[in-house]
Amino acid sequence: MSDPQDNELAEITAQIASDTSEGSQEMAQREETSLLALRWESGAIEEITGATLRIPEDEGSGDLARDEESERSLPEAGDQQTMIINMGPQHPSTHGVLRLMLELQGETVLRTKPVIGYLHTGMEKTGEELTYVQGATNVTRMDYLSPLNNELVYALAVEDLLGVELPPRAVWIRMLMSELNRMSSHLMWLATNGMDLGSTSMMIYGFREREVILAFFEKTTGLRMNHNYIRPGGVAADLPDGWEDDVDLICEVVETSMDEYDQLLTGQPIFRERTEGVGVLSPEAALALSATGPILRSTGIPWDLRRAMPYLAYDEVDFDVIVGTFGDTFDRYAVRFNEIKESIRIVRQILEKMPAGDYRVQDKKVTPPPRARIDESMEALIHHFKISTEGFSVPEGETYVAIESPRGEIGCYMVSDGSNKPYRMHIRGPSFVNLQCLPTLLRGGLVADAVAVISSIDPVMGEADR
Amino acid sequence: MASRFSAKVHFPDRAGYLALVDRLRGEGYQMCADLTAVDYLRYPGRRALPAGASPERFEVVTNLLSLEHHGRARIRVQVPEEDPEIASLFHRFPGVEAMEREVYDLFGIVFTGHPDLTRILMPEGWEGHPLRKDYAVGRVPVQFKEAPGPR
Repeated sequence: MSDPQDNELAEITAQIASDTSEGSQEMAQREETSLLALRWESGAIEEITGATLRIPEDEGSGDLARDEESERSLPEAGDQQTMIINMGPQHPSTHGVLRLMLELQGETVLRTKPVIGYLHTGMEKTGEELTYVQGATNVTRMDYLSPLNNELVYALAVEDLLGVELPPRAVWIRMLMSELNRMSSHLMWLATNGMDLGSTSMMIYGFREREVILAFFEKTTGLRMNHNYIRPGGVAADLPDGWEDDVDLICEVVETSMDEYDQLLTGQPIFRERTEGVGVLSPEAALALSATGPILRSTGIPWDLRRAMPYLAYDEVDFDVIVGTFGDTFDRYAVRFNEIKESIRIVRQILEKMPAGDYRVQDKKVTPPPRARIDESMEALIHHFKISTEGFSVPEGETYVAIESPRGEIGCYMVSDGSNKPYRMHIRGPSFVNLQCLPTLLRGGLVADAVAVISSIDPVMGEADR
Repeated sequence: MASRFSAKVHFPDRAGYLALVDRLRGEGYQMCADLTAVDYLRYPGRRALPAGASPERFEVVTNLLSLEHHGRARIRVQVPEEDPEIASLFHRFPGVEAMEREVYDLFGIVFTGHPDLTRILMPEGWEGHPLRKDYAVGRVPVQFKEAPGPR
């Protein structure tokens, strides 16, 4: 006695399910998952790394088989039935198109598997088709919340292969922009994190203060995002007149509002209840998972590339590396919160120390001649045309350059075959790697906490999927 | 010129890969920062290969990081085209899970011992491995409004 309408509906549902299925990329039922994958998806990192000591030689032994049985069985307390549910890719708290598959026992998360790739646009392949001059416009679109850091790592990699030395002013301008970008990125994080935890006022405040920084970016680079400002050989333009006042104002505005945020969030009982002790990561697990940035620092490891392996002129400014203690969601909040203050400190020092001089290297092979010269000199015109169309050639070689982006270590592995395009341009995205912490962070927690934990990872899917 | 980003580069063969990683791990390289690959199809005469290493089509590049010594070590392993297979570092550095899947997805290099080697960035039914050099860059033909169409 089935209704034909019901049948049709079931057919459509089945069609949609098969059209949108990611097949083996999705989470499988417990029985169909290998023990190793089961350990990985349930975030049991110690058992994976510890396992090298015992296996793989005696894989079939009885000891292991008994282990396997106990590991596969569900925790005693609670339902003996589990449910695999989807969170995302359109879930409002997944920051873009992150899709999580969660295995739940009641409300407890047993396994997590992030399914990514919904924003994959093949930027590494595109990067091989663009000249070194054009490449910055490509990489800047990866991590759209910290575009200047993406450009910076790309430019540093190209310059490392070229072997050019930048004038000091270019270095310091880059550092200024990179720190301002860190502030705007962390402010954006405070905003979205507030929204995820139900504090809509925090969202508005975070966006408001970020806009002050973006206005300065627009004034300097011409664009609010995707600047293409930091280029191989220096930066695109000098800082605008009166930039000191603008930056001073930014520091003042952000500093004042940081005190307000502190009052609004840090001591607030609801906020603390939702973040303290939620999503705990141990330092060992963080290292094993290659986590970097605020996530690694929140576990108490003082690893910041600006301090540990200084680039630009970070060894000439004074700042503290912020570390947490427990590695929980609250610590990750506190690390980012205080990093904004440290960035303000750095920016103030840059204001004092900004050297005069060129804002890009005066190497005719890399830098096009200034606009005024083109009217006077035929050679300058040809030169300008050559660099704009063909770009410049980079000596053969390979390099890996890494810097500290707001989300962690962003790296660029570049191979040059001596032509005007990179032979291979690989970006190591911090979000891509940090997302692997999710199974460990969510393990044994409540599904309601998942929102807070995802937010504390601060993933930017544009860079995870590239 | 020794830049501040330079790292010690190692060139093990596939058989010595895991042993080298274990040795470096014992020396304090406790994090695998990055793992990627390069397809040298159109640039076989790459620079800086030492005498012992014979160039193959693929190269798996692993970047290890030492937090104690503030240093990096880069491992470049040659992987032949006819047998694109290499051991997985999953048991040593679980953080390579996603990176190895990415390399498998985009280059078609198989990591033995990986718990769940599936595509990660491309859709499930995708054919080919896009970052290989013989994989064409996709283009969408654009018909401009005023342009004369094909007759």
